[in-house]
Amino acid sequence: MALDRWIALVILMICLAYGYGAFFTMDGSLPPFMQRNPVWPSTFPKVLAVLAIATSLVIVLGLEKSTEEKVPEINYRRLGDYHLGQALMLLGLMVLYALMLRPAGFLISTSVFLIGGSFILGERKFQYMVPIALLATGIVWYLVQVVLGIFLRPMPFFMGV
Amino acid sequence: MMGLSTAFSLTNLLMVIGGCLIGTFIGMLPGLGPMSIIAIMIPVAITIGDPSAALILLAGVYYGAVFGGSTSSILINAPGVASTVATSFDGYPMARQGKAGKALTIAAISSFCGGTIGAILLMAFAPALATVALLFHSSEYFALMVVGLSAIAAFAGTGNVAKAVLMTLLGLIMATIGEGAQFSMPRFTMGLMDLQSGFSFITLAMAMFALPEALYLVLDPSRSASESGGGEIKDLRITREEAKAIAPVIGRQSIQGFLIGVLPGAGATIASFLGYAVERNIATKEEQEMFGKGSAKGIAAPESANNAACTGSFVPLLTLGIPGSGTTAILLGALIALNVTPGPRLMIDEPQIFWAVIISMYLGNLVLLILNLPLIPYIAKILAVPRNYLIPFILFFTLMGSYIGQNNSTELLILVGFGICATVLRFADYPLAPLLIGFILGTMLEDNFSRAMQLYDGPGFILERPMTLGLLVIAVILVVLPSYRARRARARAEGVADGD
Repeated sequence: MALDRWIALVILMICLAYGYGAFFTMDGSLPPFMQRNPVWPSTFPKVLAVLAIATSLVIVLGLEKSTEEKVPEINYRRLGDYHLGQALMLLGLMVLYALMLRPAGFLISTSVFLIGGSFILGERKFQYMVPIALLATGIVWYLVQVVLGIFLRPMPFFMGV
Repeated sequence: MMGLSTAFSLTNLLMVIGGCLIGTFIGMLPGLGPMSIIAIMIPVAITIGDPSAALILLAGVYYGAVFGGSTSSILINAPGVASTVATSFDGYPMARQGKAGKALTIAAISSFCGGTIGAILLMAFAPALATVALLFHSSEYFALMVVGLSAIAAFAGTGNVAKAVLMTLLGLIMATIGEGAQFSMPRFTMGLMDLQSGFSFITLAMAMFALPEALYLVLDPSRSASESGGGEIKDLRITREEAKAIAPVIGRQSIQGFLIGVLPGAGATIASFLGYAVERNIATKEEQEMFGKGSAKGIAAPESANNAACTGSFVPLLTLGIPGSGTTAILLGALIALNVTPGPRLMIDEPQIFWAVIISMYLGNLVLLILNLPLIPYIAKILAVPRNYLIPFILFFTLMGSYIGQNNSTELLILVGFGICATVLRFADYPLAPLLIGFILGTMLEDNFSRAMQLYDGPGFILERPMTLGLLVIAVILVVLPSYRARRARARAEGVADGD
């Protein structure tokens, strides 16, 4: 089975769970005065669940034939031929950034993210990487925190800022 | 004349220039749309004291931010605001072909024309349009949004409408997660506090567009503009043929965008999507093929429509005191803080403010064009930054856009998760734009649907209101027609192959 039909199958499962929630669990806790309304919190989700289940079945069962053969931008069957390792490492770095942003503070985590990102992509000129990362981090922090007044903890948590 | 002299005073000219510059540069940062920037600028505007000067500054910021949002959409496929999502459909492919300068020029000129035509229409028809807008009820809004979604699904899923419809429905489903204003009860949150207020638009926009694009650039370095030589700004000028092609588009979409902007609650987002969908549907078959691949019309349509709609949204604000969009709601707050009460009497009691705002719209658009056209080659140079530096920065701005909006690290993890899902969906040729559009319109769609159901005590409003029924019929035709045509074409082709 092609990837698009596998994806449609996964979406079908999600829609079935969503539909189950809408049809069987949401209305139980509805206050009596709301039950007299023509529209309940579950009304719209019920409509969506039915439509989404029907549409995903159309794809899973292959009822609609594609009229044009498109050349994929990236052939997922040959992912090994692309720079998959770099992409996965960058995703890992983003997760690390998300986890470290608060405890390590904006300045350290962002500088490490920018330097790390360039390093993963093959850059080795540290004389450019480090100053660019530090400068960009400082400018963005100043713009966001000082000019726009949106709080971004600059330093690690143990430094009290 | 009083408005003219007010708007052309030196202080106010400086205000409009300053506002446009601030708006353009901050608007380029994903996550900071016109609404946030105007909110940030309100204390500055109040400090100025003079209501005309303050409003002129805010109008400049508004237009600047809308153009700034288009810039990040075109250059790095990161639409920071919903109204610029449609611009990225063709703007980014054009930038990747080494025509970033041209894409930005088309966007600047279309925005200018849209805003200017909108301002002329505002001047001429504001009082009359305000009464017409009030005839639109929730059932018509609901039907109008269904038409918009169907049109988007029909064009995004060329040759495969089911996938586009499924993505739209998935977007609508995602919009139901969290606590909606209509029912004040959490839905599908699975007890997670982070889902209480639903998914953030900006996180989803970054995950659907910017993150998969950055990952594609990593996976296949030949896609990068700097690697393929696309970073050079080859041609900035629009050819005579292109100008001829986009002129009617700009004219049509400025009027359509303005009229949609007048409707309270519709706004620039719906105007830009509908503008794009309409132009694609009425284009010739050859031109339709170009949409999504860097068509000049595909940039001109949403850009002129969203700017005209921005101007149109001032109609209910200035004439009725009803804010038509989030941004004008913030402007209403600013007006009240400045001791100005918008409404039918504004034009009579304080004509200098009313006309100064309208003239500042002309000025704002003109200043934006004069300031931005010379800057375009420098702005477009962003694409010439080497890939090893550009990609980490795109990823960083993606993360920041998402973080600034919510100030919550969990949002970043949601962004990465959705980004991976979006990349897999793109592998399988699922269009991502309908998902985001479904998500953006989902809340408004449900609110209007629920209101119409309550007003008519059930789904009877579909039959009782002819305009609603007409719009819904158009929506069904838009979805069914492409599949029907494809089926017929296939049957005919099979017939020919069989020798019939």
